[in-house]
Amino acid sequence: MSPALLAAGTVPLHGPGLSAWMLLAAVLFCIGLYGVLSRRNLLGILLSVELMANAVNINLVSYARFSGDLTTQAFTLFSVALTVAEVVVGLAIVILVYRRFKGVEADNVDLLKG
Amino acid sequence: MTGWIAFGVLSAVLVTSALAVVTGKDLVRSVLYLAITLITTAVVYAGLEADFLAAVQVLLYTGGIITLMLFAVMLTQRLSGARIEHRSDGFARAGGAALGVLFLLGAGIFQRWSQPETVIEMTADSQALGALFLTDLMLPFELLSILLLAAMVGAIALARRKDP
Repeated sequence: MSPALLAAGTVPLHGPGLSAWMLLAAVLFCIGLYGVLSRRNLLGILLSVELMANAVNINLVSYARFSGDLTTQAFTLFSVALTVAEVVVGLAIVILVYRRFKGVEADNVDLLKG
Repeated sequence: MTGWIAFGVLSAVLVTSALAVVTGKDLVRSVLYLAITLITTAVVYAGLEADFLAAVQVLLYTGGIITLMLFAVMLTQRLSGARIEHRSDGFARAGGAALGVLFLLGAGIFQRWSQPETVIEMTADSQALGALFLTDLMLPFELLSILLLAAMVGAIALARRKDP
């Protein structure tokens, strides 16, 4: 692409572009998804959810980089804070389940089963 | 070219440690591999001109979440001394679902792969980010503090040992 065709403030890219970062985030997301579906321990599931949230954040930050918009970075910061809140409540629930069922296997938690 | 080399190294570390998190047998090791993933993510953020987010990532995730996770592991397993194992099953179903989602996402990404990529001149600017939080994003920012308070109160209320 010749420099004349570029919009103001943009430069041609030599290196991984948005697609490459998006693909990396997608791979990490799917690894996390695999963990959520295959783990039987509640803590293992929570770890995998962390991986998925992390992949989403990588995606958001790469969008911020390639759109040059700081608001997207601010959005990522919100997403990070939400993840932290989720982990805190999730761990409290894990401790509660441990106390109630004497273990943290997700299969044993069947109080709502009719 | 150096950009691609750095990208390759970072993705290799990220994917390997993420796979170790979801396939490992030892729960404590899984948590520590997650710490590696999260720290490498901070490096990625720094490379993508998000210095403040990189600092937040190290402080919050590795400082806060990993410590909390280790605490929860120790609390629920009672420091039995034995290796803390966590099993997984349904490899075929889980792997199939994950690969299916990856295929869909990948199909979308490859559609834009061949387009020429441009990048906007940008340097990390924590000052502008802070100004954004206190002007345009004031309301969500304050709502976030209420959410964090609610999460804290909720966690304490849930985990508190009930006294008769």
